[in-house]
Amino acid sequence: MEEIATPETLLDKLTEQLKTLLVERSIDQPLMVGIHTGGAWIANALHQKLSLQEPLSTLDISFYRDDFSRIGMNPQVKPSNLPSQIDDRHIILVDDVLHTGRTIRAAMNEIFDYGRPASITLVCLVERSGRELPIQADVVGQHLHLDNNQHIKLTGPEPLEFVVE
Amino acid sequence: MVNKASRPTDSLIGHDAWNIQLDKNGQLKHFLTVEGLSTELLTNILDTAESFANINEQRVKKVPLLRGKTIANLFFEASTRTRNTFELAAKRLSADVLNVNISTSATSKGETLMDTLQNLQAMQCDMFVVRHNASGAAHYIANRVAPGISVINAGDGSHAHPTQAMLDMFTIRRNKGHDFGRLRVAIVGDVLHSRVARSQIHALNILNTGNVRVIAPKTLIPAGIDDMGVEVFNNMEEGIRDADVVIMLRLQKERMQGALLPSEQEYFQMYGLTEKRLSLAKADAIVMHPGPINRGVEIESSVADGSQSVILEQVTNGISVRMAVMSMVLGRESETSEGEQA
Repeated sequence: MEEIATPETLLDKLTEQLKTLLVERSIDQPLMVGIHTGGAWIANALHQKLSLQEPLSTLDISFYRDDFSRIGMNPQVKPSNLPSQIDDRHIILVDDVLHTGRTIRAAMNEIFDYGRPASITLVCLVERSGRELPIQADVVGQHLHLDNNQHIKLTGPEPLEFVVE
Repeated sequence: MVNKASRPTDSLIGHDAWNIQLDKNGQLKHFLTVEGLSTELLTNILDTAESFANINEQRVKKVPLLRGKTIANLFFEASTRTRNTFELAAKRLSADVLNVNISTSATSKGETLMDTLQNLQAMQCDMFVVRHNASGAAHYIANRVAPGISVINAGDGSHAHPTQAMLDMFTIRRNKGHDFGRLRVAIVGDVLHSRVARSQIHALNILNTGNVRVIAPKTLIPAGIDDMGVEVFNNMEEGIRDADVVIMLRLQKERMQGALLPSEQEYFQMYGLTEKRLSLAKADAIVMHPGPINRGVEIESSVADGSQSVILEQVTNGISVRMAVMSMVLGRESETSEGEQA
């Protein structure tokens, strides 16, 4: 299996790429949204590195999952704290690992329950093989090819580390 | 795991009452009574309700969790709070809700209860929320519905009102913290007729509450109450002393047969919650009441509306707790469960 860079290295890479992309797309004052739990850690770090003005938002997509009837309730769902006004905002959606794409689908559904953003930019620390939906990230720290039975997980928040099983 | 305190079966409706509500994986399939459930399961309900409480405070108070599910409210007995909060809970989970008006339904044209239920089953309902004035009605129905249908007891006679008990536990936990072991809880009033009190006592015991007290005249205390692990007081002033939580019960005049009480005025004199009596409890004690309240009968207006009252908070919490129970019951893990999202 290919070598995985450390989360810290990837975070620096993401920051640079994202800066460039925001300039390219003429986005200032974006709204950064991290997906619980790993995505929120990454978003928090990016938020600091980019010195964003707007407070960080977080999203828990448990209530929007499409496999709810198969795997049941996850108690202690964290609250989502999106600002009340997201219409016409540029959103940077952050997750740790992009795999099937279903989490991102759920997150976008939740975001659209709050309003109609101007755009959503997807940032992922790692993008791995195994997509099941037509979803791709705009900014990626590292692409990984993993077998279906392999899992990669980010642990944290201090320190941030990848666990591959 | 079956909690010891609540093990001595249900004198009202029989021995298997608490048995049928769990599926073979130990998950809640029906919610008929709190009795016999584990500390872990009750805590799970409270934790899940906490998640939904966040949703109920958001601008968009709705999630797609139960989209495509149909929930029928079958209320054979009058209700405002319970029926409306069940309906709101279901709607905030995106379920479709059918409010069956029993008094104007075919039941009043002579159709039997089972025929009515079979018709609702034929309409592909997923859950029945049942309130009935006969103890055991929800069990009766749960024993007879098709396998895929869940039944939630929204109050049966004098037997049980499990979601009310859980919303009360939730209210206590939100105000007094997670450690029930250090709490003194006093339940005051018509315990004899109160399904709420029965369910509360079971829930408080399962959550290992330090001290549960029942305060009522002898005529309103059911036989066998000592087996439920509570301390009984006939004197209000003694019973309320140093309580952390004071739960007032409604005087259920409609269920009273015979001369159990001299008069409402006299009852208020002896057992009404006045500011003076409340001052005997802890200074930060909370006052609860399942509603509807009879002002001037079991509780003084100034106490019901006072700073220690959490009566309206109970109503709000009822939505979160009912959302939790509905989603746990309808979102049970199936045998083929797998899958992780990323």
